[in-house]
Amino acid sequence: MGHWQAENARLAFPVLTWVLCESNLKETKMKKPVLLLSALLTSVWLSATSSAWAQSKEQFVPVLSYRTGPYAPNGTPWANGFVDYLKLVNTKGGINGVKIAYEECETGYDTARSVECYERLKSKNPSFVQTLSTGATFAITEKAPGDKIPVLTIGYGRSESSDGAVFKWNFPIAGTYWVAADTILQAIAKKEGGWDKLKGKKIALVYHDSPFGKEPIPLIQERSRNHGFELQLLPVTPPGVEQKATWLQVRQSKPDYVVLWGWGVMNSTAIKEAQATGYAREKMYGVWWAGAEPDVKDVAEGAKGYNAITIQHGAEPNSDIVKTMLTQIHGKGQGTGPKEEVGQVLYLRGVMSAMIGIEGIRSAQERFGKGKVMTGEQVRWGLENLNLTQAKLDALGFKGVMRPISTSCMDHMGAAWTRVHTWNGKAWEFTSDWMQADEQILKPLVKATADKYAAEKKLTRRTGQDCQS
Amino acid sequence: MFYRENGQFKTSYQADQQIFPIVQDRWFMLVLLLIAFIGVPWFATDYMFSAILIPFVIMAMAALGVNILVGYCGQISLGSGAFMAVGAYGAYNFFARVPGLPLIPTLILGGLCATVFGVLFGLPSLRVRGLYLAVATLAAQFFADWMFLRIKWFTLDTPSGSVSVSNLQVFGLPIESDVSKYLFCLILLCVVALLAKNLVRGAIGREWMAIRDMDVAAAVIGIRPMYAKLSAFAVSSFIIGMAGALWAFIYLGAWEPSAFSVDQSFRLLFMVIIGGMGSIMGGFLGAAFIVVLPIFLNQFLPVLASWLGMTMSTTVVSHAELMIFGALIVWFLIVEPHGLARLWAIGKQKMRVWPFPY
Repeated sequence: MGHWQAENARLAFPVLTWVLCESNLKETKMKKPVLLLSALLTSVWLSATSSAWAQSKEQFVPVLSYRTGPYAPNGTPWANGFVDYLKLVNTKGGINGVKIAYEECETGYDTARSVECYERLKSKNPSFVQTLSTGATFAITEKAPGDKIPVLTIGYGRSESSDGAVFKWNFPIAGTYWVAADTILQAIAKKEGGWDKLKGKKIALVYHDSPFGKEPIPLIQERSRNHGFELQLLPVTPPGVEQKATWLQVRQSKPDYVVLWGWGVMNSTAIKEAQATGYAREKMYGVWWAGAEPDVKDVAEGAKGYNAITIQHGAEPNSDIVKTMLTQIHGKGQGTGPKEEVGQVLYLRGVMSAMIGIEGIRSAQERFGKGKVMTGEQVRWGLENLNLTQAKLDALGFKGVMRPISTSCMDHMGAAWTRVHTWNGKAWEFTSDWMQADEQILKPLVKATADKYAAEKKLTRRTGQDCQS
Repeated sequence: MFYRENGQFKTSYQADQQIFPIVQDRWFMLVLLLIAFIGVPWFATDYMFSAILIPFVIMAMAALGVNILVGYCGQISLGSGAFMAVGAYGAYNFFARVPGLPLIPTLILGGLCATVFGVLFGLPSLRVRGLYLAVATLAAQFFADWMFLRIKWFTLDTPSGSVSVSNLQVFGLPIESDVSKYLFCLILLCVVALLAKNLVRGAIGREWMAIRDMDVAAAVIGIRPMYAKLSAFAVSSFIIGMAGALWAFIYLGAWEPSAFSVDQSFRLLFMVIIGGMGSIMGGFLGAAFIVVLPIFLNQFLPVLASWLGMTMSTTVVSHAELMIFGALIVWFLIVEPHGLARLWAIGKQKMRVWPFPY
């Protein structure tokens, strides 16, 4: 019996290949259960992947998420919030009657796997794609224009893509890393008592050594030239569980402030290291990816005083949208994740990301026909002409959570509002007013970088006429 | 019955020395090539091209390169990811800095950069061998990671360190659609595979194999270890570098150093071990196993679950995918330690004697 099985196994693979290649049906007469099973599995797979997806009356939203791998603790609440919001839209009857269909694809924060997911879900006529990793954003940015799928990067992605005249298909709506970096520096300046007080000070940037972590550098360098503070760059190799050397440098050079540009396990490690080296947490400012519950929960009291920037929202457990989510989705047993995370920072980021995408579809429907399924091209127009007034946001349940966003052909970002929140040992609480990134700094930098990209790709800037289409 | 070389007599040295001395093999190869070039573009969807076939073809080329070094010359290398990275960034720098440089010379130049890098990091192989060499080549990996992260010149000072290419064309034909990308990679793969097959059949290949089997004995019979080892490093890293350039240019389009991390080196080494060391066929089978199987599992498991009336979350699927994939690797290595290529050879032997096995 053992021998017979081994024989089967030895034959299955080459014979299967042979059969598939030559379509020689004679071989299949051999009674080889393994072979038949493999052939069956393969055919099922082929039919599952290659069949043309029928154009249904549903608007398809792909969900690229990472619930596994080193970044899973942060990726999971985001995905839960995103999916919960899509469910909420469906329980309310969809977008003017058009229901949302969605499918999740696990990327593990891996660029190649994200591209595979993108290609897999592309055939289902996605309304938009949210890449959820800077590496994937770069790869998909090159593919999306050809496929006519808008790329939504809510609060992340490549900062220069807010220039809609060059990046026709990219939408970093609500803010970019440059917005985050600029407002962090504003908060520091305010704490010091004005920009002029920053002269001669030293600010260290502890960053995730990846495109994500390097994004803010040009902006901070620009500010450092203008205001005369010294910038110290301290890269941390991903995933960032080993930071002893970095914090030794911090201890030696004693920077006045540390800006933490981390993600996942890197954040809690950094805060623990800061605690161990005795660096004051009050002088640490994180980007919004470093300002959520999983980053500080393990350190709890040790992280007290640690600040992080938020793009639009922070943790909002008392907001209307959270209450709706708890009653309409979790109350009916439809919740995707645990109930406790509803209202936390990353969960809400997922909710907000989904909401902006859905509102883009809604605004497209207003032009191209209500109650119709929108194509990627139509959604692109919708996202470009998005006008989320405060009244609309309040009606959606985002009162006090978000400020108005209005995009245009030239400005794909729509708003640059941020706040600082501080960890009090148990919860995040806001410690600043609404701030806005400085246009004077941002605009020339965006334009210069976008122009460089356009020159590299031999693109011409979109004209007013193209904006109408 | 069908696969038997009875009655096929060779009357010239030329006939005796051809790559496929058996008529059936030649036909099989012809059919395979026809399928690959004409059949596949006929029925494959965009998804199959961009997510399965293109990565498979490129990885098969890389595995071929690793196989020359590891399988034929016996030099265990964990620097394959670095050679890919050097190929990719080398090609990128030529492409971006030399205006109007056509794509194929760009890829070849990328491959040559990897050759230089490979020979440089192959030098320790003259002194250390086996696992120690694996560790020494790991240095290449870390060096490449550091180089492309820190030296901004290589990435043309882009703020995020991520680079991208577009508007690729060959002889005026744009390489934009998935079919054209696939065919372009496939043509290069065929050329490289033919080249590699002939190299390993020739004098230099025999030198490599002699070094692999026993380097002292090889040196005694007059094979220069330095020349043999470094030429294996050179050829292998050229092929891996070209594959790296293709991976970056054709498959990813925009990339950062983490696309060629140490994981990639391990994957390539596994491809060679699972596919079969010292076999050109092994590179293809190993690449198919490592590239296609995880994606297959990832998509098939939810379907299987739905047949059984269950729904699987993406988390469960990706965990199950890893477990089954790992179990399959162990199972294959127990059933056939010499790799899938050995299974292939056994299959052929069975066909020869079928239907009278004894």
